[in-house]
Amino acid sequence: MRLIDEPELEHVALGAAVLGTGGGGDPYVGKLLAQQAIREHGPVQLVGVDELAADDLVVPSAMMGAPTVMVEKIPHGEESVRAFGALQDYLGKPITHTTSIEAGGLNSTIPFVVAAAMGIPLVDADLMGRAFPEIQMCTPTLYDIGATPMAVADEKGNVAVLETIDNLWAERFSRSVTVDMGCSSMIALYAMRGSQVEQAMIPGTLQLAQTLGEAIDTARREHGDPIEVVLSILCGLRLFEGKVVDVKRRTQAGFARGDCELEGIGPDRGATLRIQFQNEHLIAVRDGEVLATTPDLIMVLDSEAGLPITTEEIRYGFRVTVLAAPCDSRWRSPEGLEVVGPRYFGYEVDYRPVEEIAASR
Amino acid sequence: MAGALRIGIDVGGTNTDAVVMDGSTVRGDVKTATTADVTDGIATALRTLVEQTQLDTSLVRGVMIGTTHFTNAVVEARRLMQTATVRLGLPATQALPPMVDWPERLKAAVGEHSYLCHGGHEFDGRPISALDPDELRRAAADVAARGVESIAISSVFSPVNDEFELEAAEIITAELPDVAISLSHEIGRVGLLERENATIMNACLRELADRIVSGFATAVGDLAIDAPIYVSQNDGTLMSMEYTRRYPVATFASGPTNSMRGAALLSGVRDCVVIDVGGTTSDIGVLKGGFPREASLGVEVGGVRTNFRMPDVMSIGLGGGSRVRTEPALTVGPDSVGYELTSRARVFGGSDLTATDVAVAAGFAEVGDPERVSDLPDELTAAAIDEMSERLAEIVDRMKMSSDPLPVVAVGGGSILVRDELPGASELLRPVHFSVANAIGAAIGQIGGVVDKVFSMDDANRSDVLDEARAEAHERAVAAGAKASTVEIVDVEEVPLAYLPSNAVRIRVKAVGDLELLEA
Repeated sequence: MRLIDEPELEHVALGAAVLGTGGGGDPYVGKLLAQQAIREHGPVQLVGVDELAADDLVVPSAMMGAPTVMVEKIPHGEESVRAFGALQDYLGKPITHTTSIEAGGLNSTIPFVVAAAMGIPLVDADLMGRAFPEIQMCTPTLYDIGATPMAVADEKGNVAVLETIDNLWAERFSRSVTVDMGCSSMIALYAMRGSQVEQAMIPGTLQLAQTLGEAIDTARREHGDPIEVVLSILCGLRLFEGKVVDVKRRTQAGFARGDCELEGIGPDRGATLRIQFQNEHLIAVRDGEVLATTPDLIMVLDSEAGLPITTEEIRYGFRVTVLAAPCDSRWRSPEGLEVVGPRYFGYEVDYRPVEEIAASR
Repeated sequence: MAGALRIGIDVGGTNTDAVVMDGSTVRGDVKTATTADVTDGIATALRTLVEQTQLDTSLVRGVMIGTTHFTNAVVEARRLMQTATVRLGLPATQALPPMVDWPERLKAAVGEHSYLCHGGHEFDGRPISALDPDELRRAAADVAARGVESIAISSVFSPVNDEFELEAAEIITAELPDVAISLSHEIGRVGLLERENATIMNACLRELADRIVSGFATAVGDLAIDAPIYVSQNDGTLMSMEYTRRYPVATFASGPTNSMRGAALLSGVRDCVVIDVGGTTSDIGVLKGGFPREASLGVEVGGVRTNFRMPDVMSIGLGGGSRVRTEPALTVGPDSVGYELTSRARVFGGSDLTATDVAVAAGFAEVGDPERVSDLPDELTAAAIDEMSERLAEIVDRMKMSSDPLPVVAVGGGSILVRDELPGASELLRPVHFSVANAIGAAIGQIGGVVDKVFSMDDANRSDVLDEARAEAHERAVAAGAKASTVEIVDVEEVPLAYLPSNAVRIRVKAVGDLELLEA
């Protein structure tokens, strides 16, 4: 167990932006929320999965909806507390811990708000190991652990508790409720016993975000190479170095889809890399050859500053380095690929692990 | 028309420049030192200009002033008013109170007087909660009791629906008729904290704005110039004195904007990249239709995140005074001998090797004594010139947003460093009068109107929505003083909002026209 205070959250937010693989929402407002909650309630206890007792009740917390809405309609602060209260009443047992569903982007910092406000410890783990856009795209889905019973709460005091037949229905219902709530809600879902956590969750990812953020920050201050630092921490690969020459965007069913074309510079001069994204980067193709696909992590960093660039802010002229890193091994199983593989997102490509593609080239 | 003269003044950190223009012709220009007292500096510049050009002041039809005073006041946390913030959004937004991320010094200068009240809208225009007039009256009474005389009002999603901010202003004004009120939807974009921050900055500058605007009037009136005074905004358009008193933040970053617009006029191109090379840094920006492109991301002012309209300018540490080093590797800048260039550079008899020395040695600049750099090895000169060109070319390319070559206009004292062939540039232009480009930019300011809203849009109503936005921008420009027949739409931007299931699109339209008086 260790305590997380305001300054550590700067690093968590920066590392989470890298793990967000271009999406997941800007962690800035999430960081402010967490820092404010810690200012009011004191530091958050971060505990490892090995510190859980078998009968602990762990409930991940997250923000659902449009990050662009959340930066305008900032939460009241009690939403998660109400969602947890409702879920606790429904389950008839006290919730002992919270954790993160998504270590990438905004949702890395939201559970700190919940832990501070509820006065419960935060488990150092998440359910994605990165950012994904939908509720069923969480590791417990692979172990038949239900997202429901799930509570969805807004700032007005409304709370909906959902029971669904599977996690796809949980996504569908909670999305509709969230839209009615003004496109931003706080959710509590995937309630698990302590004994289930080690198997069904990805351990250590909040610490990973903090380590990444801290290392990038240090490298920048000491004029080191932040990109090398990211590669070594994530056991990643350098896919491409280039300049953005074109970005096409369109909104489709609420998701910002598009693609981004890079013209190689330095060692990649003469080559072209195309990255397709749906909020997150999903596939990287070099001169017609697939280099990496979801669920492996595809990250775009500013070549000079070493800071992550989101799909919302990327534009012509940026000098970027594209990195890839292996996803959690569970996503690579047939069941995992069915949920988050390239075909789920509509790409007619078979998944191959990024390091295997690299070795064969 | 002949005889309609405009005076442009740029008050910078070091110099106050003034020009007199007849249409697009520069009739005269002067450079004077900026003084601690605004009025004095402007009065001196004006007097010098009138004397040097034998100006018949009765022919002057407008005086346009660009100033950095308001930015500096915030950066230095000086001369700011105590300001109250009324935010409409409860029960939302309570988790992050106003000024949550402000540096302590600035927070102390403005005071912490925050009132969270009911109101606000959802992204689709539904109210979050009804406005509570009694709650607002109680807040007003407390503001009065604290002796605070300026209020910033922000309401959730006011860029989508401004009705609550307007209603709240009416209720508060009825209680406190003498208090200055600043409304967030008139100042910033979607992004509550950033917009609110910009609004609070505006509110805390209102007293200073009154004083400075009165100072301008005195300085101009003392020279028997009977013409309206306008102040430059950061988008290259002008605002009236009355508007400046209400929206002083609109002046932030007007300096680089004026310099870019001046460069466009002098060179005759409306779509180009402008490089303004000074002694220590180069500022690079882009003109689209004669106006600077605006930054799409937030801009920090005095350590506070804001999101109002700002020109998209990148600065690099490369200027005429940049030091050139050969050990351990060849570097140019970012440190500079700055204003001591004329004593420390080799060509001026000093011992520091600077970018200017290299340019002289390479033979494309003629300043100082070229003999003093004749010993520099050709390889060194060539390598340093390449290094500078590459860095400038990279930023130029980064700024221009498409691979099509664009003309590049170089202005500023250090522009002799820029080589004639720059990769990515269709041509390189070096206009005359480049040292007073900023005052010229002020003088040629036009009048604009902007619409920035989130629309729910599908393919069927797309053209109606865009037409509606264009018409509204046009109306706003005319309302601000533009001559209707000259108003044109200069920019239309559509940004889809991510993770929103409805097809919500943020649309920004800008219309610009000539000042009514200049057409008379």
